[in-house]
Amino acid sequence: MTGGMSGLGDMDELYEAIILDHYRSPRNTATVEEPDIDLEVNNPFCGDEFHIQLKVDDDSVSQVGITGRGCAISQASASLLAELVKGKSASEVESAVDAVRRLLKGEEITHAEADILGDIEALGGVRKFPVRIKCALLSWVGLGDALQDHLAK
Amino acid sequence: MSDSTSTARSRVFDVDAIRADFPILKRKVNGQDLVYLDNAASSQKPSHVIQSLVDYYEQTNSNVHRGVHTLSIEATDAYEMARTKVATFINAPRSEEVIWTRNTSESLNLVAATWAEANVAEGDNIVITAMEHHSNIVPWQQLAFKKGAELRYLSHNDDGVIDLAGAGSVIDSRTKLVSATHMSNVLGTINPIAELAAMAHEVGAVILVDAAQSVPHMPVDVQALDADFLCFSAHKMLGPTGIGVLWGRYELLDAMPPYMFGGDMILEVTYEDANWNDLPYKFEAGTPNIADAIATGAAVDYLSELGMDNVWKHEQELTAYAMEQILSMGNVKVLGPQDPALRGGVISFIHDTIHPHDLGTALDQQGIAIRTGHHCAMPLVRSFDVVAAARASFYIYNTKSEVDALVNGISETEGYFSR
Repeated sequence: MTGGMSGLGDMDELYEAIILDHYRSPRNTATVEEPDIDLEVNNPFCGDEFHIQLKVDDDSVSQVGITGRGCAISQASASLLAELVKGKSASEVESAVDAVRRLLKGEEITHAEADILGDIEALGGVRKFPVRIKCALLSWVGLGDALQDHLAK
Repeated sequence: MSDSTSTARSRVFDVDAIRADFPILKRKVNGQDLVYLDNAASSQKPSHVIQSLVDYYEQTNSNVHRGVHTLSIEATDAYEMARTKVATFINAPRSEEVIWTRNTSESLNLVAATWAEANVAEGDNIVITAMEHHSNIVPWQQLAFKKGAELRYLSHNDDGVIDLAGAGSVIDSRTKLVSATHMSNVLGTINPIAELAAMAHEVGAVILVDAAQSVPHMPVDVQALDADFLCFSAHKMLGPTGIGVLWGRYELLDAMPPYMFGGDMILEVTYEDANWNDLPYKFEAGTPNIADAIATGAAVDYLSELGMDNVWKHEQELTAYAMEQILSMGNVKVLGPQDPALRGGVISFIHDTIHPHDLGTALDQQGIAIRTGHHCAMPLVRSFDVVAAARASFYIYNTKSEVDALVNGISETEGYFSR
């Protein structure tokens, strides 16, 4: 049944096909051995929680593992994040995190940023559902902060 | 103004007629008829209550307890009449035992900061249940830290029913306070307050009842419960936000130090010292929430006209029907007592595959308002090994067809996520 027929209104804007795909089949969920970054993020508002592990070699992310539980949006967002960070330098990850923040707030992102984000642009649908922005941001904010801390060491 | 009458008339419990009294039920949400099932968070308001606020500000507005002019006298009479209505509603022996606060949380904090501050010492313990709202956990945690006292929990079984037999070994001679929710805002469990009161009194402790979820929905009699303190909020019982009630036994309240200092709570002030006003004013420093107190009286009138026995019967029927419908879906688990007779109209549930927030958003698209999350009871929700639950909660204006809409909405959502 489609959203329009079932009275599910604007749901399709929030749950784009790519979001549902990552929700059902999250990527990069294997545990990372001896991670350089190992953090738990959680949203006290809804109880969603994720465990994020990264291995950083020569200033770029060589391995990533994200597991956790949460709604479709937070799970898909975490999976998309995991896919994005692999192979990226710390500064590239920082830029991407910043772009995602702006995307979700409804601010402009550049064409170059849109290219880097790729499928992640689908998360922008959350703008119509302001109470769900935190779901989409949960893993991104946590990772951005952790990476900064790691680089400062 | 309708507030000048204290004796409630009675009316037939007719849901269609009741629904017509609530303007908000006529609105659309996301293009659909509103199905409001978040009553445990806050109820809707009938025109009668809304109009009492308008009447007050248009006809009576003035400060209370001070003026000799007509408006001040009328405002004071209406404000005190509302107090009397609340006292009658919960069968309090004296209306001076009814203290206006901002909400249930403030009522609980008032007791923690005054009575418990004066009566709980190092080595004493405070006993609460493991199904409390954060507002009936955190004040006692903080007090226990400060005093070197112990905070103990009464356990419940998998169905969310308190283990009364086990309570005997938790409540002991060092227990100063037992504080329990009358009806759980997550599980819907109705707790055996009278039995807990007897156990508390046996060891010389006092019992506080968080009645935020019970007073709006069932007959509550503070004397029959043998309670010492009882707290609730007006906004969950058809009244306005920003006002709540602390009821306490006169001797306890009278012996307690004040909570806040200022105008109205004093009898005499010199440059050197002050002494305290009588009950209830000792606990009502500053200009009180006059308009909302009067509107709370109007809410009490409305409920009294319906009769709390009828309100409870309606919700019991709706709850039994909803439990049956929801459980028959097969892939939804309901937290708390599975027997509708042991619970109130608060149904928290977990779908096998759909996260509560996704469900909440999908139902909202269909005009159905439910609650999702930890319901301000994180330790309890986590004890079921989930991080969040969905919750539907009922009130006088809800109908079986709205329960059907909820069940249908869940099915639609399943269809959406499995497409």
